[in-house]
Amino acid sequence: MSLAADSSRSLRLTALTKEFSTFTAVKALDLEIPAGKFFALLGPSGCGKTTTLRMVAGLDVPTSGTIHLGDDEITYAKPYRRPVNTVFQNYALFPHLDIHENVAFGLRRRKAKDVDEQVRAMLELVELEGQARKKPPMLSGGQQQRVALARALINRPEVLLLDEPLGALDLKLRRGMQIEIKRIQTEVGLTFVHVTHDQEEAMTMADTIAVMNSGEIEQMGSPAELYENPRTTFVANFLGQSNLIAGTVSNAGSDVVKVDMQGTQVSIPADRAHVTSGPGWVGIRPEKVLIAPEGEPIDAPGNHMQGGVVTDVSFVGVSTQYLVRMPWGQELMSFEQNTGARGIIPRGTAVDVSWRPEFSFLLPASQDVNAGAVEES
Amino acid sequence: MTGLQRAGRWIGDHLVMAAGILVLVYMFVPIAVVMLMSFNDNSDSRNVYAFRSFTLDNWANPCKPDGMCDAVLRSVEIGLLATVVATLLGTLAAFALVRHSFAGRSAINTIIFLPMASPEIVMGSSLLALFVSAGFGGRLGFWTIFIAHVMFCLSFVIVTVKARLAGLDENLEQAAMDLYANESTTFWRITFPLVFPGIAAAALLSFSLSFDDFIITNLNAGQTVTFPMFVWGVSQRGIPMQVNVVGTAMFLISMFLVLGNMLATRKRKLVE
Repeated sequence: MSLAADSSRSLRLTALTKEFSTFTAVKALDLEIPAGKFFALLGPSGCGKTTTLRMVAGLDVPTSGTIHLGDDEITYAKPYRRPVNTVFQNYALFPHLDIHENVAFGLRRRKAKDVDEQVRAMLELVELEGQARKKPPMLSGGQQQRVALARALINRPEVLLLDEPLGALDLKLRRGMQIEIKRIQTEVGLTFVHVTHDQEEAMTMADTIAVMNSGEIEQMGSPAELYENPRTTFVANFLGQSNLIAGTVSNAGSDVVKVDMQGTQVSIPADRAHVTSGPGWVGIRPEKVLIAPEGEPIDAPGNHMQGGVVTDVSFVGVSTQYLVRMPWGQELMSFEQNTGARGIIPRGTAVDVSWRPEFSFLLPASQDVNAGAVEES
Repeated sequence: MTGLQRAGRWIGDHLVMAAGILVLVYMFVPIAVVMLMSFNDNSDSRNVYAFRSFTLDNWANPCKPDGMCDAVLRSVEIGLLATVVATLLGTLAAFALVRHSFAGRSAINTIIFLPMASPEIVMGSSLLALFVSAGFGGRLGFWTIFIAHVMFCLSFVIVTVKARLAGLDENLEQAAMDLYANESTTFWRITFPLVFPGIAAAALLSFSLSFDDFIITNLNAGQTVTFPMFVWGVSQRGIPMQVNVVGTAMFLISMFLVLGNMLATRKRKLVE
């Protein structure tokens, strides 16, 4: 079942800005979202992602800039005059209407034909056929969430906006709904713009992620691109975790940038080096950091760094997470898959670490090394 | 379990219940007396407060006492009119106070309570002074009563509707607009149905306040006589039993309204 109109149009934001009396929520945002994509706006609370979404929906008026859908400008169009529908954070289901009428609301306003038929089909899609005559408060959180999705989807909007739609659900249900929503998006082929602060959710669902931080887009790309080659310390820390080690560029070639990192020469591929001179942060993801007791071979062709001591061991089932204090005083994270090949290395063991240089990245030293780091709770 | 504890439990189980029943009896005895008296046959007695014998005459001829039914009718007229106007104005004011921020809003929110808090005698006499100084001294009557009633009902309406409106999730209206409902459709399909219980409660309250008012009305009525004023007037000479008929009827009507409202709420709760 494809709901997408034949002439799907891309959504384009140009220099979109929203100022409130005391602060600027969105700063001159430029963004093009291709038709039919699942697009995620990812960022911490207060980064401007929801404000951006509300401007696209027409619920907030931009201070400046424009919003285009294809060639049509919709910057100042009333919410009910744009082919955009929203799944609200707390669903905002109409409490005095039953599920059927909630879902039918948009169609009835536009005087559509076969409303009842379409509502039945839509409720089938979200597997709520049996609940049509119930009032929203009688449904569970997950069911209400699906009603909200159905109520928006049935209008076949060119763009469907989802504002933290899974925020109120417990973890297990969230995982299920993520896959469900992704399945529905693939089935209907509409453009989805999803706002979330949950990086795992964004990576699971989206084709393209834009990471937002204090009103601006830090980086945009596929989940794998963002994860493997972050351009800022914020992205490196907010999307997963990173080891960031201070170093200085010693030689910038066309293929690799050589960095003196705490006495070790490391070579970083040029397309992953976002600094070509002076100091920088060498970044490496914890699961790429290999670890072995001192003197034992490590299965990696890169540089070996010696003199590490395991200071913390967390066994989390699929993997074991080590903290290793290096000679220069920094603690590096190393996640090792529990393949069973080796036992857990106990705390206090002297270890060597190593990683393939092509997995590392180089970020400007001017950026805050802790930007975007989530406090582990 | 010691004897003392057992005694304590017995008191807890029975004495509190008994006290509760006594309080209820205390509250409803006057109403029971009114109901009983509405069936009293005292046609040839001077002592109106003694129950002599049972009759249905009072109910069969409710308009027998001179001027009583006119007074009841007038009170109902004023009550309905004041209710409609006060509910309409008050609802609009409540929307303005909840939905829009403007200079002086918090001051108005406080001032709204003043008519509810100030003594009726003060309100009534100052209204009279106002009417007289404005040159309406000779024309006190139906319309001055109406104006006075709208005035004191307004505060109650505003406060009641405001409470309901403040509890309304603004996301619902935004969701409706997002689903192609324009401003007026959003109001009539979403806002109004959700605020309606508050408006209905405000209207019921207004009517009973208006129907029942004596002090302010008496000061601003001129030659016009409302039902409370009629009762006050005849009480000097002996209240006709038909007053109890009207009282009982009013009580039954409000009972039905309250019960109906309770059933509707329970039904709503059940489906929600």
